[in-house]
Amino acid sequence: MKKLIELRNVTKAFGENVVLKGINLEIYENEFVTLLGPSGCGKTTTLRIIGGFVDPSSGEVLLNEKNILDIPAHKRPTNTVFQRYALFPHLDVFENVAFGLRMHSNKVNIQMQINKLKEDYQLKIEHAQDSKTKKLLKDELNNEIELIKDPNIHLKLKIKTIKEKIQALDKTSADYKTLKENYQKEIKTIKADFETPKVREQRLTDKVMKYLAMVNLQGYERRSVHKLSGGQQQRVAIARALINEPKVLLLDEPLAALDLKLRQEMQYELKEIQRNAGITFIFVTHDQEEALTMSDKIVVMNDGEIQQVGKPEDIYNEPINTFVAKFIGESNIIEGIMIDDYIVEFDGVKYPCVDYGFKRNQDVDIVLRPEDLDIVPLGTSPISGVVDSVAFKGVHYEIDVKTKDRIYTIHTTDYQPEGKEVSVSFEKEDIHVMEKW
Amino acid sequence: MFQGPLSIAKREKRKIKAKPYTFLGIPYYVLLTSLIVIPLILIIFYSITIQEQGLYYKFTLDYFTQFFSEQEFVRVMADSIILAIITTLICLIIGYPLAYYITKRRPITQAILILLITAPMWINMLIRTVAWKQIFDMINPSLLGSDFAIILGMVYVFLPFMVLPIYTVLSKIDPLLYEASADLGGSNMKTFRKVTLPLSISGVLSGITMVLLPAATTMVIPRYLGQNRVLIGTLIERKFYDSGNWGYGAAIAIVLSLIIMIMVFFTKKLDRNKEIEHDEKT
Repeated sequence: MKKLIELRNVTKAFGENVVLKGINLEIYENEFVTLLGPSGCGKTTTLRIIGGFVDPSSGEVLLNEKNILDIPAHKRPTNTVFQRYALFPHLDVFENVAFGLRMHSNKVNIQMQINKLKEDYQLKIEHAQDSKTKKLLKDELNNEIELIKDPNIHLKLKIKTIKEKIQALDKTSADYKTLKENYQKEIKTIKADFETPKVREQRLTDKVMKYLAMVNLQGYERRSVHKLSGGQQQRVAIARALINEPKVLLLDEPLAALDLKLRQEMQYELKEIQRNAGITFIFVTHDQEEALTMSDKIVVMNDGEIQQVGKPEDIYNEPINTFVAKFIGESNIIEGIMIDDYIVEFDGVKYPCVDYGFKRNQDVDIVLRPEDLDIVPLGTSPISGVVDSVAFKGVHYEIDVKTKDRIYTIHTTDYQPEGKEVSVSFEKEDIHVMEKW
Repeated sequence: MFQGPLSIAKREKRKIKAKPYTFLGIPYYVLLTSLIVIPLILIIFYSITIQEQGLYYKFTLDYFTQFFSEQEFVRVMADSIILAIITTLICLIIGYPLAYYITKRRPITQAILILLITAPMWINMLIRTVAWKQIFDMINPSLLGSDFAIILGMVYVFLPFMVLPIYTVLSKIDPLLYEASADLGGSNMKTFRKVTLPLSISGVLSGITMVLLPAATTMVIPRYLGQNRVLIGTLIERKFYDSGNWGYGAAIAIVLSLIIMIMVFFTKKLDRNKEIEHDEKT
């Protein structure tokens, strides 16, 4: 995969308040990246820096290896789905979605397109071997520019040649009239293909309809955005952001205001859209479950720093420190000592494990996920205690077992009565050893 | 069978519940009737009747035909309205950018600037107008009586009425909308045209109404800055008090009101999105 965005040592301070303490991050094409962290960790600021709404205090933001910090928000190839949607209250659903297209169809943009073409051709012309190809390229460039300036130019030329033919006709000949009429008919059919404002508007309408269909909002075009439910407003915001076909879509907690059921549906739909459209999504959330469900890559942030970057499975199974372990899912975190490779000791007992590469007798943190622990009959494992509390969670029971050293939280489908004496067991691969931070 | 009395009791309870609300409107309705509706009826009555003998009144449109046949008076009315329109336009040209600028400041600066704009209103308008007269006397007395002096005085007095409603509407626009527009490719100019202006048009229209109406009928400003130039307000006043011709005065007042009403009606038409009120959700 190709690298699309790179943040290099990006910092941001609002007055005394340091929000980002040097972010380094690489984002690839077609990736679904989630910035995950508690509120105030700097994830939204990072997103806003990429979108161009906030300037970083220092550092670089590269897009395709080019620094984009000098490019204003309205010229960046990014689009944003805002947390509070920010739909335009004076426009209906259709016009909200069409907004981006209308913004891009003006003279300034024509000039921008021409400049871009010139840049592209400049390189080609410089690299051209002989003067002949150079000339060819130059002609090609001029043609393209003419076409941008006037999309009807080819048709107009055709009409001109036909008119010349009419001029050249022999007026005295018998079939002069029919020939002339035929030519005029031809001109008429060519004119029908002209790109007029009407044709352009039709093309815009088709495109808006396509995107409305994509987010399942057909039939809502003329609805006022106030009369939509939260989920529908959300979809309008997504369609509005996607219609400009951005390289990167930035989503700032877009699902936070929706109820659970709708949120799960939208999670699925967003993932589908991302896969089909082939766009990079950068998604900000504080909901770890959302992050685990949707992401290709999770960036866990806390206090203005990146804690860990990785695939959802890796982040969950191999959290790099206690913050990540606590933030992603529930866990029992135990202080221990790495005796040697594959041997860890905690609460006075040595256990075999799968971790290695630590120093001998290094202090470490150990993560035991609640669902990895089992309750077994008393005495069948070195850890024993009393069932302290039982809570029904739907799929499983959450059972706290109190031992002489600590309380273990266990997720199990088997009910255990409170006060029962039991033992707790786990496999060696369930032990996750982390360096202390 | 037993539900009957119960539901009646319920209904009565609901009636009592709704009552405190209706009470709140009463002072306004009393004022409305006694100070607006009744005088309006009287004005209309005076303008279309003529007293024959004692209490006997006869319907007539003489006052209206008389007014429109007197070229001089029609010209005075046209003058007044043109001056009012120019004043309104100048207020708008100064007021909108000012209001926009204020909304971009920090909240504390905004409060101070708004205070400064409303501050002149704490001083009696007559005193302020006389002050302007003295300034003109000092600088260039020949300007007194010109359109320039009258317009300047009116702009000075009525500008706050243009700035305040526009400021109120502009400050309510969610700044996120500007970001959304920029995000979708809107330059500053386009964002202003497609987002800011349509969302603030209601403020502009109330500003126009609040400046145009008093500017068209003011008496104080033409008296002091216009060197007793007769504009429509003064004309109506004279008919009522000096010549005691209430019917004629009332007829002029009605013609003026009708013209202004038509103007306001057409400006309101400009508000294409009036059914979209501001988002109550924040």
